[in-house]
Amino acid sequence: MTTGRARLYGLLAEFEEADDLLEAARRTTEAGYVRKDAYTPFPVEGLPQALGLDRSHLPLIVLLGAIAGGLIGYGLQYFAFVHYYPMNIGGRPAHAWPAFIPVTFELTILGGALAAVFGMLGLNRLPQPHHPLFNAERFELARRSRFFLCIEATDAQFELGETRRFLESLEPREVVEVED
Amino acid sequence: MTTPRTKAKLPPILEPGYTYASATEKIGSIVLEGSTSTRWYVGFGIALSLTMLLLVSVTYLLVRGVGIWGLNMPVAWGFAIVNFVWWIGIGHAGTLISAILLLFRQEWRTSINRFAEAMTLFAVACAGMFPLLHLGRPWLFYWLLPYPSPTKLLPQFQSPLVWDVFAVSTYATVSLLFWFVGLVPDLATLRDRANSHFARLVYGFLAMGWRGSALHWYRYEIAYLLLAGLATPLVISVHTVVSLDFSVAIVPGWHSTIFPPYFVAGAIFSGFAMVLTLAIPLRAVYHLEDFITARHLDNMAKILLATGLIVAYGYMMETFMAWYSGSPYESYVMHNREGGYYAPYYWALMLANVATPQLLWFRKVRASAAGLFVIALVVNVGMWLERFIIVVTSLQRDFMPSAWHVFVPTFWDWATFVGSIGLFLTLLFLFVRFLPMISIFEMRELIEETTEAGTPGKGTAR
Repeated sequence: MTTGRARLYGLLAEFEEADDLLEAARRTTEAGYVRKDAYTPFPVEGLPQALGLDRSHLPLIVLLGAIAGGLIGYGLQYFAFVHYYPMNIGGRPAHAWPAFIPVTFELTILGGALAAVFGMLGLNRLPQPHHPLFNAERFELARRSRFFLCIEATDAQFELGETRRFLESLEPREVVEVED
Repeated sequence: MTTPRTKAKLPPILEPGYTYASATEKIGSIVLEGSTSTRWYVGFGIALSLTMLLLVSVTYLLVRGVGIWGLNMPVAWGFAIVNFVWWIGIGHAGTLISAILLLFRQEWRTSINRFAEAMTLFAVACAGMFPLLHLGRPWLFYWLLPYPSPTKLLPQFQSPLVWDVFAVSTYATVSLLFWFVGLVPDLATLRDRANSHFARLVYGFLAMGWRGSALHWYRYEIAYLLLAGLATPLVISVHTVVSLDFSVAIVPGWHSTIFPPYFVAGAIFSGFAMVLTLAIPLRAVYHLEDFITARHLDNMAKILLATGLIVAYGYMMETFMAWYSGSPYESYVMHNREGGYYAPYYWALMLANVATPQLLWFRKVRASAAGLFVIALVVNVGMWLERFIIVVTSLQRDFMPSAWHVFVPTFWDWATFVGSIGLFLTLLFLFVRFLPMISIFEMRELIEETTEAGTPGKGTAR
């Protein structure tokens, strides 16, 4: 199949083993391709490094979420007991901080957990019901048994014939063109 | 130190010979096969009828009030609180397996974490129901939450009962998130494999367009690990807060510093008993012995034994402190437990929770699925009795003999409790029919890790 009128999304190479994909990813990064991604049925150790991915911002987002949760928790109780409805019970202080810790702790965890899940989904741009790669016939195997490497057409270095030859030199099972 | 001899004896955590595709097929087909077995319908039917009993009991409760239960002063905390603590404790094993064992890199957790997490969710749902029903006017449940009301009244943040509201609702939310995040890649697999349009639509909606991108996996793993790190202190805090409901009160038999660790250990003890109770029939019915191997049962039995010993230490310390404290009220509660109206239950509890787990010292017992199943059932009953003894015997005869009273559960107490078991089982039956009960992508990862490097064919079979 050659490029028709439809725009090309990229070239998709299929591998049978995780190790083959790892090696291919390393060589693709060395060859200078930037806009590329791999698709695997489970997280493959070392693949993010082989693809040259940057460190994720997710841990920072989770930290901020947890801090926000904790501040909301403590602030809520401080506001309630010190400003909103202070009660003098036998002269005990309204700002009874040790008793505020459990709720603060729980909301810290809640804030962190919500940030972890929604941060992960947000950074991954999910939910995203459709993606051009789903057009590729064998792509469902990426959730089952096979390993795929895609070099996208938007990469500055992408040139159909040459990139195809490069991918074929990595000894995949096959290379297919995926339309946008 | 492990010697090669003992290591060779251990059964594998995954039977060899599986490829990525065949493991996917085996677990996925339980969900995707068109016809539902008669056995499933029978089991589901029984569970659903018990759920109907729960609906009837709750309706009658809403109409008549908590007077239909056997509650009367001074025993104001009856079955509702016993069941609450029992259910929430059961939930803790799921989080322990999914979070704590993940942090400790215990690979064997992989085949049991999914349904253990589902068990957690359903147990927390059953648990959360009881304090609300116990409120008397459950439709005013929102009074438990801080919200701006015309009366300016807010919850008393210094009360463990309010901490409980925050702890349990956070626990329920985080457990749901953790479980759902774990499911997303498997939902994508089901979306790709489903035959019917409707199934593809539903799984596709829930999978959110997951495509297995390496970049996505990278963030996914970070999120999953951080969630595990957050869930670990959370699970310990939840049962600690539950125990503070008791130990902050000055009631003899409750006012004790051993309560938090003893409750957390008891929660894990009862939870692992429930995981075994569910895992043993499930692996037999769905032929999952290759994934949930003898090694898993052995490991879970060892955790059951270890936590059982901590619980036994808790009982011992309670008895010791009753004498050592020199408080006549404390020692009377202990005498009352051992020789009073509820003594048969106390001794049944000792038999179930202290004596029975000692059988797990024997390798032969740990290797027998049927034996473990019976022991797990006995521990489930024992842990329920433990909460009954703690709640009821302490309240039944406290400071003033003029207020002493014997608590006798009514039909509606039992109906609500049995009904909640029905709800739990109904949800579980639906779960095993519609969602993969073993994490498929983690099994593929395990195949990758356990197969010798260089062995061909892991990915070759389509």
